[in-house]
Amino acid sequence: MDISTQNAEAPPPTPQPSAAVLKSASRGATRPGDRIFLGLSRGSGIFLLAIMAAIAAFLTYRAALAISKDHGNFLTTFEWNTSLEPATFGIAVLAFGTVVSALIAMVLAVPVAVGIALFITHYAPRRLGGTIAYVIDLLAAVPSIVYGLWGALVLVPHMDGLFGWLDHYFGWTGIFEWQGGAPRSMLTVGILLAIMILPIITNVSREVFRQVPQMHEEAALALGATRWEVIRMSVLPFGRSGVISASMLGLGRALGETMAVATVLSPTFDINASLLDPGGGTFAQNIASKFSEATPLGQDALIASGLVLFVITLLVNGAARVIINRRKEYSGANA
Amino acid sequence: MTPTLARRHLDGGSWKELPKVKLQRKNRLRALSLGAVAVSGALALTACGSDDTGKSNGGGSSASASNNSAIKCDDAKGQLQASGSSAQKNAIDAWVAQFKAACSSVQINYNPTGSGAGITAFTQGQTAFAGSDSPLKPEEATAAKKACGGNAAIDLPMVGGPIAIGYNLDGVDNLTLDASTLAKIFDGKITTWNDKAIAKLNPDAKLPSTKIQAFHRSDESGTTDNFTKYLKAVAPSDWKYSGGKAWQAKGGQSAQGSSGLAQQVKQVPGAISYFELSYAADGINTVDLKTDAATPVKATVENATKAIATAKVAGTGNDLALSLNYKPTEEGAYPLTLVTYEIVCEKGNKADTLAATKSFLTYIASEDGQKLLTDAKYAPIPDEIITKVRSTISSLS
Repeated sequence: MDISTQNAEAPPPTPQPSAAVLKSASRGATRPGDRIFLGLSRGSGIFLLAIMAAIAAFLTYRAALAISKDHGNFLTTFEWNTSLEPATFGIAVLAFGTVVSALIAMVLAVPVAVGIALFITHYAPRRLGGTIAYVIDLLAAVPSIVYGLWGALVLVPHMDGLFGWLDHYFGWTGIFEWQGGAPRSMLTVGILLAIMILPIITNVSREVFRQVPQMHEEAALALGATRWEVIRMSVLPFGRSGVISASMLGLGRALGETMAVATVLSPTFDINASLLDPGGGTFAQNIASKFSEATPLGQDALIASGLVLFVITLLVNGAARVIINRRKEYSGANA
Repeated sequence: MTPTLARRHLDGGSWKELPKVKLQRKNRLRALSLGAVAVSGALALTACGSDDTGKSNGGGSSASASNNSAIKCDDAKGQLQASGSSAQKNAIDAWVAQFKAACSSVQINYNPTGSGAGITAFTQGQTAFAGSDSPLKPEEATAAKKACGGNAAIDLPMVGGPIAIGYNLDGVDNLTLDASTLAKIFDGKITTWNDKAIAKLNPDAKLPSTKIQAFHRSDESGTTDNFTKYLKAVAPSDWKYSGGKAWQAKGGQSAQGSSGLAQQVKQVPGAISYFELSYAADGINTVDLKTDAATPVKATVENATKAIATAKVAGTGNDLALSLNYKPTEEGAYPLTLVTYEIVCEKGNKADTLAATKSFLTYIASEDGQKLLTDAKYAPIPDEIITKVRSTISSLS
């Protein structure tokens, strides 16, 4: 804006020199240093795209090889037998398990994470808030295999009580029916994943809430709003798109989590309506479990399943982007 | 990502800068002291851990220190890369430790990637030999010829081991099962511990009505392959599934790796599962197998060797792939075993690793090398077969 007004106000003394200046400026772009830099940056851009294309082509080729040899339907078969003749494998169970476990994790983690972020930024005494934030950061630094070991050795043995309670009071829904097996099911995995994605969602949400303009909050207070109303009317609307992005980051981790799930879950190749009984596996867990002993065809089949996970992640991220764009008018970004 | 976020939070940058700076410093102090406690705790823990391993290793190495005379380094030197079966990892580790002490010029790296990945690496020429818990399949053998300059790759049986059936049942310290009952248990046909079939095999045991929780491997594994091969060979009418490294039966529960299964058996009342004998430590009871012999057989190293001794060599020429005998009639032969092979080129091994490969394989097939296996709860290969292995190794080129 400044530039345009300057240009408009600047008196054009002689039109010809300015054209010459322009010309020399454009000629300046062709100086060797500029040219080299342009070439380098363009080159690295193209290089990145080429690598991505090569990886995608390789994966698609291997996946296509596997799918062409699949005796069953790759999308609907409830089986994963790649070392047999004829090989039969399908991703239905994996897709189900991946989505269900990630959903459970989101349902559990997002409200808690938003609560923690609000507490740190708006309720807690500064000193306490800082300590909590530090502990949450520590949670994010724990390697996932450690979560897995903790889950298998501590969490699972302590889930019996919860599972029994759920079965007793909510068993009639079918979702919380329990046959009494070891509690290494989708629900346990979901709870573990929730703990794992909590720090990401909390951290990003905290940063977003911290950036709520002080003016908004003070204005709400001046109108006689209580603290909760301030949060509801100014903080949450401002932070909504940020919280959605934070949740998507967490969802990404939940969808792709490998070792923790492989250590805790008891995967089976069938789908169970109950979240408490064994049923389903996840893409990443299945790849980690099967890769070491896989035949060449088995490896291709695992690559194919990885591609499906990639597509699911793309779809989820795309959906999140659409939601964020639609909500933009509420966010404080353009306020 | 998180550290940057944290830093941004601490640096603040918004209003009221001063008090925040103070707070930050205090937090950092607190964090440091927390960290110090954690670190010293970890040190104490590792100290305990290394103490333990020091003791157990100390016994083994002092006993076998004299064995080093069996190792002939010759002119072997350089790096020896190998990978494959994780079932024989502990055996290879023990051998490598002995070998290294005698031949410091050779460095051996055995990467327990799993049999499938090991064979792939060997076929691609990345490793000098592969470890596998099943012999090469025809198509794998064809592919492996590439790595041997057109010559055949051969299987050398080197490590045996009993697969134990571990269970967790309060008040029942001795349990006998046969293949048909096992098949029904793992197929979900027998669901409680006081089932008639189990009671018939254990007339003296007080069997509770606890539900049976059968666990299988969630990853593909040679242990699953050998276990199901046994069920299929002995009880074909009760185990209808084809073999393979992936678990075929529906139902049941699963866990990752032999250690994962052993963990479940320890944790879950009523659990039953299969794993290599070395994982059946720490008070896990193992099932005695009812075979064609008069008395049920315990899962021990000696009993496994007795059963492997009845195996036939199925490979041709120098290939010593075994066909295990799952129905031995001998007393005290434990038929549920697993044999791991080292896979090498019969001819056409790489010149720079040939000497080291031969030297190492000669050692592990030697009497002293095989003796070391019992310490690690593996079963030595019976004399008749290991003699053939030795002569094959000496002819490698």
